[in-house]
Amino acid sequence: MKISTIRDLLDAKIVCGEDMLDDDVFSACGSDMMSDVLAYVKDQAVLLTGLVNSQVIRTAEMMDMVCIVFVRSKQPTREMIDLARDHGMAVLTTDMRLYEACGKLYVNGLVGNGTVKHE
Amino acid sequence: MSESLTFHYDVDGEDFTSAGQASVQVKKNLRRLGIAPDIIRQVSIAMYEGEINMVIHAGGGEADVIVSEDKIDIILADHGPGIADIELAMQEGYSTAPDSVRSLGFGAGMGLPNMKRYMDEMTIDSTVGVGTTIKMTVYLNR
Repeated sequence: MKISTIRDLLDAKIVCGEDMLDDDVFSACGSDMMSDVLAYVKDQAVLLTGLVNSQVIRTAEMMDMVCIVFVRSKQPTREMIDLARDHGMAVLTTDMRLYEACGKLYVNGLVGNGTVKHE
Repeated sequence: MSESLTFHYDVDGEDFTSAGQASVQVKKNLRRLGIAPDIIRQVSIAMYEGEINMVIHAGGGEADVIVSEDKIDIILADHGPGIADIELAMQEGYSTAPDSVRSLGFGAGMGLPNMKRYMDEMTIDSTVGVGTTIKMTVYLNR
């Protein structure tokens, strides 16, 4: 799924990484606990979260993620945006809640960890 | 490379916002050395969890990452309160972190088990009231 499709499905605004809108991502995860992201996530490219602090960006960087979606209208700080830009990540914000945002992406083909979605 | 390379970092315990900076730097250095991406990720995650632990529990500390021909060692040392029961601390879900830390997205009791999961070897040497030293190793060319 292209990052531009994520933006459209979630009615999201792109905060940084406009040049990555055409990039393809293949899986995602959603969590407000960075501990769980570090423990359970494997090869997901997109992180959806309602947590807003610099550790969200660093966690994503450690996991080689390329796109972060802040849900529930959460706004990343200037410092977080700069950090994300440094790491070459796209950052989006949406008014949707975590469950709804994950659901929209999932039914449109963006799977989670270890899940193969059949045609 | 025939000799080992050591990267040393001071982990600032005062500022949660800056926690993880050393891990980001380690990741960059390992990339520069051409280490395999999966190994880089394992080392980065273990180091990051350790760094977060040092900031949350120990008021900071020191980290050394030693890159040798066949392995990478990570040594994390702090002068914090120490771990009273290491076996208990290694259980997933067990945490002594306050709620304030959980609201920051950490303190789920996954840090130490996660470090062990990503490393080939891990030893914890801790004395209550003195501090904790964690040594971790991941082998290259497996």
